[in-house]
Amino acid sequence: MTDFGPLLLSLRLAAVTTLILMCLATPLAWWLANTRSMLKAPVQSIVALPIVLPPTVLGFYFLLFLSPNSLLGGFWVEVTGSSLTFSFTGLVIASIVYSLPFAVQPLVSAFETLGRKEVEAAWTLGASRLDAFVSVVVPLTRPGFLSAVVLSFAHTLGEFGVVLMVGGNIPGATRTVSIAIYDHVESLDYSAAHALSLTLLGIAFASLLALFVVNRRARV
Amino acid sequence: MSGTRLEARYRLPRGGFALDIDLDLPAEGVIGLFGVSGSGKTTLLRCLAGLERQAIGRFALNGDVFDDAEAGLRLPPWKRGISVVFQEPRLFAHLDVERNIRYGEQRTSRSPPVEFAALVELLGLAPLLGRKPARLSGGEAQRVAIARALMSAPRLVLMDEPLSALDIARRNEVLPFLERLHAALPVPLMYVSHQQDEILRLADTLLVLDEGRVLAAGPLPDLLARADLPGLSGDSAAVVVPGVARAMDAEFDMTEVATGAGSLWVTSRYTPGTPLRLLVRARDVSVSLAMPEGSSIQNRVPAVIAAVMETGGPTVVLRLDARGTVLLACVTRRAVAELDLRPGRAVFANIKSAAVRQASV
Repeated sequence: MTDFGPLLLSLRLAAVTTLILMCLATPLAWWLANTRSMLKAPVQSIVALPIVLPPTVLGFYFLLFLSPNSLLGGFWVEVTGSSLTFSFTGLVIASIVYSLPFAVQPLVSAFETLGRKEVEAAWTLGASRLDAFVSVVVPLTRPGFLSAVVLSFAHTLGEFGVVLMVGGNIPGATRTVSIAIYDHVESLDYSAAHALSLTLLGIAFASLLALFVVNRRARV
Repeated sequence: MSGTRLEARYRLPRGGFALDIDLDLPAEGVIGLFGVSGSGKTTLLRCLAGLERQAIGRFALNGDVFDDAEAGLRLPPWKRGISVVFQEPRLFAHLDVERNIRYGEQRTSRSPPVEFAALVELLGLAPLLGRKPARLSGGEAQRVAIARALMSAPRLVLMDEPLSALDIARRNEVLPFLERLHAALPVPLMYVSHQQDEILRLADTLLVLDEGRVLAAGPLPDLLARADLPGLSGDSAAVVVPGVARAMDAEFDMTEVATGAGSLWVTSRYTPGTPLRLLVRARDVSVSLAMPEGSSIQNRVPAVIAAVMETGGPTVVLRLDARGTVLLACVTRRAVAELDLRPGRAVFANIKSAAVRQASV
């Protein structure tokens, strides 16, 4: 009997990460799409960094950054009494950074494609910044939001290197599905690896399929 | 001066172009904003709407201040109550026509100048209300955009060449709606165009921009009588003569209009008593020394030549005084020499009746 605990943990990690990520990525993407600031290029580069950086490098820095000996990690231990490294919270923080470009980039490109025309029209009709964003920008860039959600969810679900470095392999806390699969293969338990891999493949395919179908319908 | 006036002073340097504007106009009726492409018309409108963040200056409407750089005041666009009809409709694609039109209405505490039902009727929108913007033609979409701007109960409406993206047929479809609005609307409207006929049909006050500066501003008839405004002088010079329909000739589809210059016949029928605006183009007016006989020209009024204005081409524009009403006539230099046309000379102004344009006030 295959243990689906790691899969559930991964789904929980992906859901929490995606939720927080959308809250952070939306204003960041709006700023990037509209600013003429000198800071735009550096910020864009930092956001895109996780795409090109090996996950182990990212994970290594997170290990240092989140450890109880670091500023943030030490502060966290003082406040909560537990360590960020090798914990679910630590994984969420690392995942947010790791998946950030997958949330930000679809949104930036959706906002840039939309342009400012409709927003300006909404403003002159009495809609404040936030009102115009919620009532005009979000509905008109819905495909971009869907892409951002699906991509960051799927990307978080499948991460391996960062989790291994930051989270280790603690059942119920940091033993995610990709690590479990790796373990099963290491111990030559191919049937368990199969069960998990196939489920993951199914989820990934289904979410991408849903994305493309919904986005195509939205365009018509 | 406060009261019903629009006062604006703006500076906006940008690349090779700089806007430098100082205005004080009556905020009533339609202010036509005329000028060639690149003269700063759109930029001025965006300044007034609060969409140009780099603009420095002061702007007050009826004494309410919207921008005051010295006092550090700049109201955001959504707090101005100034709605804009842009060159392209900019409708919200996810909302149907009715919800587009009501978007601004839901966000204001003022009541719209026209009831929703009356506006739908006026702009002919009833069959479109349930449609999404993607299923509208260009002319329909622009009419919806106009309705949407008015339903936000604006204190000032800005229209930036709302007809420029339309072909001639669509333009002629929307223009009559604008003329009807002009008659029904208690809100001041600033209307940008580089099409002379749109301005002449709609504007009460005219503002001419050139290279980011005000070239001329004032009542339309006064400005039209000048001969030095690009696009409004020389061959394209025209005057607007107000009048009232007096009698109808049903057999020939013509109406006699009483004007200051005398009675003029226009084509098509108007109920006696209807106030009208007659557009008389200089090139449709000729002069003769005696009352012509056997001519197809329907309108002849006695006049005195007030001035002979050079246009720099082979023609000149004569300014005629017809019992106190100014008319312009475009004639050749040779005619001036042969007929000895000079200020003070009594002539007959011959106006092709077919060329007289009618626009309800």
